[in-house]
Amino acid sequence: MNNDARWMTGIGVALFGLAALFIASRAADATFMWTGLACAFVSVATIFNLIRISFDEAEGKPPPWPGQAVPYALLAIAFCSVLFHVLSPWWWAPIASNWHYIDSAINLTFWITGIVFVAVMIFMAYCLFRFRHREGHRAEYEPESTRLELVLAVATSVGVATMLAPGLMVWNQFITSPSDTVEVEAVGQQWSWNFRLAGQDGRLGTTDIRAVQPVGNPLGISPADRHGQDDIVVEAEDLHLPVGKPVKLLLRSIDVLHSFYVPEFRTKMDLVPGMVTQFWFTPTRTGRFQILCAELCGVGHAIMRGWVVIDDEPAYQAWLGAQRTFASRGSPNIASSESVAAAGHGRTEKGPVHPAH
Amino acid sequence: MTIILLLVATLATIALWWLSHQRLMEKPWLETGPAEAFRGVTAGGMPAEKIALGVFLAVVSSLFALFASAYSMRMHMASDWRSLPLPWLLWPNTIVLFLSSLAMGWAQIAVRRGDAASLRKALLAGGASAFLFLVGQLMAWQQLAEGGFYLAANPANAFFYLLTALHGLHLLGGLVAWGRTIVRTGRSTAARWMTLSVDLCALYWHFMLLVWLAILALLLHG
Amino acid sequence: MGEATAKPLDGRGHAEVPEDDLYHATSWWTKYVFSQDAKVIALQYSATALAAGFVALVLSWLMRLQLGFPDSLSIIDQNQYYQVITMHGMIMVVYLLTALLLGGFGNYLIPLMVGARDMAFPYLNMLSYWTYLLAVLVLMSSFFVPGGPTGAGWTLYPPQAILSGTPGRDAGIVLMLVSLIIFIIGFTMGGLNYVVTVLQGRARGMTMMRLPLTVWGIFTASVMALLAFPALFVGAVMLLFDRLLGTSFFMPAIVEMGQPLGYSGGSPILFQHMFWFFGHPEVYIVALPAFGIVSDLISTHARRNIFGYRMMVWAIVIIGFLSFAVWAHHMYVSGMHPYFGFFFATTTLIIAVPTALKVYNWVLTLWRGDIHLTVPMLFALGFIVTFVNGGLTGLFLGNAVLDVPLSDTMFVVAHFHMVMGVAPILVIFGAIYHWYPKATGRMMHEAMGKFHFWVTFIGSYAIFFPLHYLGLMGVPRRYHAMGEMSDIPLSTGELNALVSVAAFIVGFAQLVFVFNLIWSLRHGAAAGGNPWRATTLEWQTPETPPGHGNWGRELPVVYRWAYDYSVPGAMQDFLPQNQPPSAQATRSAAP
Ligand code: HEM
Ligand SMILES: [Cu+2]
Ligand SMILES: [Cu+2]
Repeated sequence: MNNDARWMTGIGVALFGLAALFIASRAADATFMWTGLACAFVSVATIFNLIRISFDEAEGKPPPWPGQAVPYALLAIAFCSVLFHVLSPWWWAPIASNWHYIDSAINLTFWITGIVFVAVMIFMAYCLFRFRHREGHRAEYEPESTRLELVLAVATSVGVATMLAPGLMVWNQFITSPSDTVEVEAVGQQWSWNFRLAGQDGRLGTTDIRAVQPVGNPLGISPADRHGQDDIVVEAEDLHLPVGKPVKLLLRSIDVLHSFYVPEFRTKMDLVPGMVTQFWFTPTRTGRFQILCAELCGVGHAIMRGWVVIDDEPAYQAWLGAQRTFASRGSPNIASSESVAAAGHGRTEKGPVHPAH
Repeated sequence: MTIILLLVATLATIALWWLSHQRLMEKPWLETGPAEAFRGVTAGGMPAEKIALGVFLAVVSSLFALFASAYSMRMHMASDWRSLPLPWLLWPNTIVLFLSSLAMGWAQIAVRRGDAASLRKALLAGGASAFLFLVGQLMAWQQLAEGGFYLAANPANAFFYLLTALHGLHLLGGLVAWGRTIVRTGRSTAARWMTLSVDLCALYWHFMLLVWLAILALLLHG
Repeated sequence: MGEATAKPLDGRGHAEVPEDDLYHATSWWTKYVFSQDAKVIALQYSATALAAGFVALVLSWLMRLQLGFPDSLSIIDQNQYYQVITMHGMIMVVYLLTALLLGGFGNYLIPLMVGARDMAFPYLNMLSYWTYLLAVLVLMSSFFVPGGPTGAGWTLYPPQAILSGTPGRDAGIVLMLVSLIIFIIGFTMGGLNYVVTVLQGRARGMTMMRLPLTVWGIFTASVMALLAFPALFVGAVMLLFDRLLGTSFFMPAIVEMGQPLGYSGGSPILFQHMFWFFGHPEVYIVALPAFGIVSDLISTHARRNIFGYRMMVWAIVIIGFLSFAVWAHHMYVSGMHPYFGFFFATTTLIIAVPTALKVYNWVLTLWRGDIHLTVPMLFALGFIVTFVNGGLTGLFLGNAVLDVPLSDTMFVVAHFHMVMGVAPILVIFGAIYHWYPKATGRMMHEAMGKFHFWVTFIGSYAIFFPLHYLGLMGVPRRYHAMGEMSDIPLSTGELNALVSVAAFIVGFAQLVFVFNLIWSLRHGAAAGGNPWRATTLEWQTPETPPGHGNWGRELPVVYRWAYDYSVPGAMQDFLPQNQPPSAQATRSAAP
């Protein structure tokens, strides 16, 4: 490194240090503050070192490790990446569905790819230490080694197969829903979520996009289909589901693509206008989980949130009892907001009415 | 996407066949020496223009194959597809295009014989009939529009207009090249050049005929 | 067009034109502006692409300001955020990377590396550039039309792309589609040239297996692009019809904000198939030239033959084929038939094997090499790191069921930035430092180069590595603000801030690069004809920078492959491809 480079590196490092200090000062939690401070400290140390090297050079002392920065940098990257992975507080939220297989598959892949990454980095660093240009030294002439390449190809294939096989097995489970699932419908529109549950007859009525009325029939349930009359419609409110019962979620959209994503369930599926898509899962713990829209759907994409509440059985029944059927929501002309007062008296066909909360 | 995948597979086969002639398994570091030792693997004698046209035809095939894929997928994906009655004009048009291609074949023969007069005649016939075909297509559009088959009314209509328009545009592009060839016949161009020019035009014409037949088959199918 | 005579007998290419027949520039305009010289066209392509890339870089700062400091420093609203990501993504992928790697490096390097005087069709080549420029101008004009550029995301998925809930739906989306169509037409002209020149313009003795891997990469990518871009063309034309003429190719019956629209029956998934049939090969269209270039950089600066040349060629070809059979790995959760998942997950993971072999061969080239840590070499090493990192996360996303939680999250953003954003960009930088002396006759300033490398490399890694973890936590992509998320610790806000700071530092380091480009033009050390002591033909030109027609009176004749570095017994540690075998050479010509 000559002096120009040192100046510029110094300036860059100084900028970085200042930025780190800035972040540390705004940090909301301790980890972050310490990370920021550590970065700032490293940058100060680096600058100090640069200055020292300049002086050494001026006095004619040889630099400590001539030009060995690259292999150290590679090792540092590998090391810091692993460290970040292990120590950082940023990791997925605890799972709330049966799809822990997906988590295991991801973890397996992390192991394999992590090992490969670190191995490649160490190998490169070693080469750079060992085969750095020296006067009078020549590279070895060796066009190829079929055997080595064969071994590597086979080893890679084995590694790939180790990841693919469990992946495909779990994919198979993911796309074949068990026979005892309850069907629940989620319908997206710009930019909110509505839901529908089967009524007493246990089945969802047919729908027709031409029947959609923003007020009164946002889901486009065919008025003529009697199976639809007793369907329970949840408009722009939380969806409740019982814990431990497999659910098949049927997804529809009345306008553009959306995607139903609950990070804790580890699942997601696009909603496609003109067709019904689906996936299944079994909620495994109670709680309130956020639905994020994960497919760009216009300016409101980031605020298109909803909630799924996983209840234990009694709470679920209580909630269910308080919901209203399509028929009881009355004529399409009555604004649903006006009829909020009627909530709790809604359900006509099924048993006693549980007042909400 | 079956159609485009079939096309890609075909092209891949051609590519593999070509690659198999490039000594891909040899170890090049052992083969130091002059080129003559490896005759046949250096750049070959086929004129660049011909290769370029070949590659371009592959691109055009890919384009039309993709449209065909979209056509068949759209047809089966929803139930709103209503095939439109093909205007009867398409049949005479097909014959005209066929004749056009034939005339180009005749021009190929003429240029090889060095028969300047019939070359000119053949080329003119080929170009004029292609032009006639285009006019015929426009009239077919008119027939459809009069019958109430508008572009946006049904996907079948939309595809019809889109495919015919695209084919027509490609033919129109061909007519530009044809124009240059005609101009060349007027000048004293080296025989080899003339042959190349005519060959390229003819190849393109035959190809456009093939594409048209494929489109027709697609339209008849659904 | 390159009108010339065929000379089948000596096996020479048709594109090789006797010098007197060459089109010669007669005025300043035809020499520097409407030039038909591939080298000038290459520089025009590169300059335009880099300028476009700079716009996209500035756009990325806007995004990072918004994401890093959503309440204090954000200067764009959500409408603009979507417009900015869309333009950023599309410019980076198509108008920067594709244009620079194929139009820029392809034009500069193909004729020189295969030993031709120029491209096969110089006039068409010139048209290709001007068409590309027109495409860029049309795209940029969308910043100035009412409603602004489209905010549909670079994937342009209908129905959203052409509905009023998306910004720029009036003019922006139309300009975007038109610009893409123009780009594709322009690219087709260029691509034909690249392919035909490699097939037909090679110098005597330049067999396919003697080609440098750079040419193999660009050649294969060009063939792929020629076949894949039509898919985008088809998608764009049909979407334009839906938008302007009311057809229903992709548009189902829709009730938009309570209003029924006139569409019915169309399929949004059909568009996705079209888009990704282009989009996936596009990844490799960007990657393969980078693979090729980086192979040559590593080999030259490690003074060692590229390890496993044959395997490298086969891998390029196999990847080229396979990449047409993996497109639906972008659609696992799109609602397509779930059984496709099995097929596409398998093909996707299979393609990882030849890709991994390439990586092994790069690092094995270092093994027992004589490594010179020049600036191009540093960038090549940086490429290996980011490419390996991004490639490995591809194994998550390609494996259908693992993609279910990860798709459309920041994990994807991190993955593709590593693998097709940062990695090819690092190669491009390395290539510029490497070939700048050939194009200008001067070296670029080394210290500035090293500074540029370290900040760009470490900085980009610091930007994109942490983003994976945002994705794991479930932050979806294309969110202008995370808002409140139930499952995410608050400290992620600072994670985002740190990433933004890194992005600014990296961004400003690019100014040093631009300064270096300009400064070295005058003040760089004189380079001589072959400063890196490389074997390939472009370094053996009689003049530097190469004159019109590249080779003076005599075309080069090729006697050996491109990687004769450190051959035992040879005087120097490199033997140029056009150096005849001498008496002392131990290896004899094959029969
Ligand atoms: C330092 C440089 C860069 C920074 C800081 C940066 C930053 C970003 C950010 C913040 C996003 C939006 C993420 C979201 O909200 O979804 C984005 C999207 C994107 N970027 Fe970059 N980027 C950089 C370079 C590149 C490069 C070199 C490429 C070339 C491949 C690229 C391609 C894309 C694409 C394709 C998108 C997706 C756009 C979309 O979602 O429609 N970026 N980038
Ligand atoms: Cu949405
Ligand atoms: Cu892909």
